[in-house]
Amino acid sequence: MTGAAQALDAEDLPTPRPKGRATRLRPRTFAWTVAALVLAALVLSPVASLVRAAALGDGALWPHLLAHVLPRAVWDTGLLLAGVGALVVVLGTGAAWLVSAYAFPGRRWLEAALLLPMAVPTYIVAYAYLDLLHPIGPVQTALRGWLGYARPRDFVLPELRSLPGCILLLGFVLYPYVYLPTRALFLMQAANLIEAGRMLGRAPSAVFLRVALPLARPAIALGASLALMEALNDIGAAEFLGVRTLTVQVYATWVNRSDLPGAAQIALVMLVAVLALVAIERWARRGRGFAGTAQRPRALARRALQGWRAGAALALGLVPVAIGFLIPATYLCRAAFARVTRMGWPETILAEIGHTVLYAGLATGLAAGIGFLVAAGPRLLPGPFGRGMIRVTSLGYALPGAILAIGLLGPLALADTILSDVLTRLFGVAPALIGLGTGGALVIAYLIRFLAVGTGTCEAGLARIPPSLPDAGRMLGRGPAATLARVQWPLAWPAVLSGALLVFVDCVKELPATLLLRPLNVETLATHLYGEAARGTYEDGTVAALLIVLVGLVPVVVLMRLGTWRAAAATTRP
Amino acid sequence: MTRTDPALPPRLEMRGLGLRFGAVRALDGIDLAVRPGEIVALLGDSGCGKSTLLRTIAGLERPDRGTVRLDGADVGGVPPEARGVGLMFQDYALFPHLTVAENVRFGLHAHPGKAARAVATARLQQVGLADREAGYPGTLSGGESQRVALARALAPGPRILLLDEPFSNLDRRTRDRVRSDTLDLLRETGTTTILVTHDPEEALGFADRIALMRAGRIVQVGTGDDLYRRPISRFAARFFGDLVEVTGTCRAGHVATPFGACPAPDLPEGAGAVACWRPEAIRLAPVGEGLPGRVVGRRFLGATAILAVEAAGFDASLPLPVSGTDGRGPGDAVGLRCDEASTFIFADGMD
Repeated sequence: MTGAAQALDAEDLPTPRPKGRATRLRPRTFAWTVAALVLAALVLSPVASLVRAAALGDGALWPHLLAHVLPRAVWDTGLLLAGVGALVVVLGTGAAWLVSAYAFPGRRWLEAALLLPMAVPTYIVAYAYLDLLHPIGPVQTALRGWLGYARPRDFVLPELRSLPGCILLLGFVLYPYVYLPTRALFLMQAANLIEAGRMLGRAPSAVFLRVALPLARPAIALGASLALMEALNDIGAAEFLGVRTLTVQVYATWVNRSDLPGAAQIALVMLVAVLALVAIERWARRGRGFAGTAQRPRALARRALQGWRAGAALALGLVPVAIGFLIPATYLCRAAFARVTRMGWPETILAEIGHTVLYAGLATGLAAGIGFLVAAGPRLLPGPFGRGMIRVTSLGYALPGAILAIGLLGPLALADTILSDVLTRLFGVAPALIGLGTGGALVIAYLIRFLAVGTGTCEAGLARIPPSLPDAGRMLGRGPAATLARVQWPLAWPAVLSGALLVFVDCVKELPATLLLRPLNVETLATHLYGEAARGTYEDGTVAALLIVLVGLVPVVVLMRLGTWRAAAATTRP
Repeated sequence: MTRTDPALPPRLEMRGLGLRFGAVRALDGIDLAVRPGEIVALLGDSGCGKSTLLRTIAGLERPDRGTVRLDGADVGGVPPEARGVGLMFQDYALFPHLTVAENVRFGLHAHPGKAARAVATARLQQVGLADREAGYPGTLSGGESQRVALARALAPGPRILLLDEPFSNLDRRTRDRVRSDTLDLLRETGTTTILVTHDPEEALGFADRIALMRAGRIVQVGTGDDLYRRPISRFAARFFGDLVEVTGTCRAGHVATPFGACPAPDLPEGAGAVACWRPEAIRLAPVGEGLPGRVVGRRFLGATAILAVEAAGFDASLPLPVSGTDGRGPGDAVGLRCDEASTFIFADGMD
């Protein structure tokens, strides 16, 4: 240190400084803070813009909304969330207990297979069952054949296009969100306590109710809140099944009536539900240490089932797998095969794959890169903002795609206007709608919605690196950036890659934001499927649906190989 | 004991260092100077601030107040990578994705490739691991990992080497050997070293000087001899082993003890006092000499045995070490003697 610098730095004055790890190189800290603030503004802008749009609407709309739209939509959404919540908790917890507490032939296989429904987006399961259970579809026709009825109107199953039908279908594809963390808890953390309960002479059912279930409460709440966020995001299934949820109303109000203030006002009502789910999730995460009394994670000693009991356990466990994955996937395969053999490949499919990969790929690159920097930033240049910034930039995952898209319209239009203004001044001409017209808007929406996944997995990857390793890099003469590149990155890149994989798959599956923000006349696999379903031409969408499910299978297979990994990733989302 | 010239300017000098974590004063007015080539141990219980002090010297923590000077220059604003300080971590912090040789070369990036390779090889030879160059840290035993970490920390030629509990992860047998090898290497290279440890025996056997810490403060600094034989407080005395204690009152500059009156020149008249002895300072004498006592128990430990001896004036029996071949047992009468020089007198109520 030079004398001049020393003189500039008032070393002798005992000034209070932010506590914690060393903070140096203030200009860089400043740059980081500015970048983080910009990112936070980007994530928060949709909500701010929604509030503004809702406030701009004249009061004339409210009586109409209050009288005709909101009561029904709030009631239906409430019932849907309650029903799906109850179903995913029962299915997820039951399945987790079945494979954790009992041993029977096929158990290991079932343990992995129970994850499969995760690969099926809600709108695809609805889409598949609507065709399967159609009055003249294969199931009802076969049933009539067995039962000897001649005409469709003589025998009809209960209508699937109903709230109970929607609850049932969503529940059977969303239960893995509860199954995963709950099974991880039974398996790793609660084993000694459950065994202690057993050693004290309680019956298995009593051990489940008195020990395992209370211990698993935070895991169950966490999984249920994530599943309900998915349910709230859903637009396809509810619309196909005729359920007028708030999400559907937001979409319809904007698309059919071009009424932005109205859509924004309904979206604000939805935000209440979103905030409640986030609160539940935060509570569940805080309770994470609750069951961590085991000295070392250890699997539970399973009770072996024999004979018909073993068969019954396997059959019981197979029910959710069959309903949530095997049946719809088989249907999609057969229907897609029939479509291709009869009429050849849909001519637009290549373009749709191209669009899907382009937008999802761009968003993935951004989310993984920004996610890594957001996760690594506080470790490099700790400052007052670091941790808080991670939390803020991760809020987007709770915003349903439709709300996010509507909320982004305002900021994007403003940005387009400014950009076009600037370009006009510079070059005399400028393209209109640079963000909204090119798919840039879609990439930004994906980024906001799934940045949490990228940040969360990077954060988990970096957290597994002992803090002494980057410290050692610094002590051996490397600066923060060199340490990041040579110590943290080589150790964390697999986590970054797995995060990128999850983001990509989530982008491919995302429907509402894509529907609302894609450029005119551009179709992705998901929007193509939606269009065919809306027209009632199911068979034409099966190839796209099958491709989405296949992409969705990739992280599920990774999960199966890594065992409890997603549970860890899910619980480390800040 | 000290092998360095006291006249040399200090390599490291800390003045008035303070650091708070919330309500906890991790460092509270630390003053300490270390001469070139000297080995100093920071000794204390966990949470006393000794590791924080080490990290502050390294630049990994930034003090709220006070200065750290290296070779006379204030390094307050210098980031850790520019301080020329080596730190060996408690968990060794070997980079798992790099080979042993690459780990050692990591700090030699300023050197041209060939020179860096030569230095790394030489350092690995010094710790006897040249043949493990191409291996990855995951394949090393605990003792080997420790030696690689040492070689890596020494490779860039740090002005001062900081060792954070460097032997605590080793089993006892390995620890003794690795400790003496490490000490030899540090002496041989003349490396100025600060060692953090909670083990008083390690501090006594390793360091030229010991700084005993408690609650963010340095309680006493001195040679091992100073701290063991001339502790300035009951805490300092207790830190190096069990004490036999009796309470008394200061009368006319003396405190009455079962062994007789001991001078307590620093205590005011009438003040409460505690007289303490290390068990080995109390010697057994033939019956009839010194303070009469009676053996009430014997615990055999091999080379030594511990006799439990009751004597007038002591509330509990005294655990006195004797040779393992000593034949005395329960029921035997003994005499007890003690030097005035090995009696510690402290004010009562003060630790």
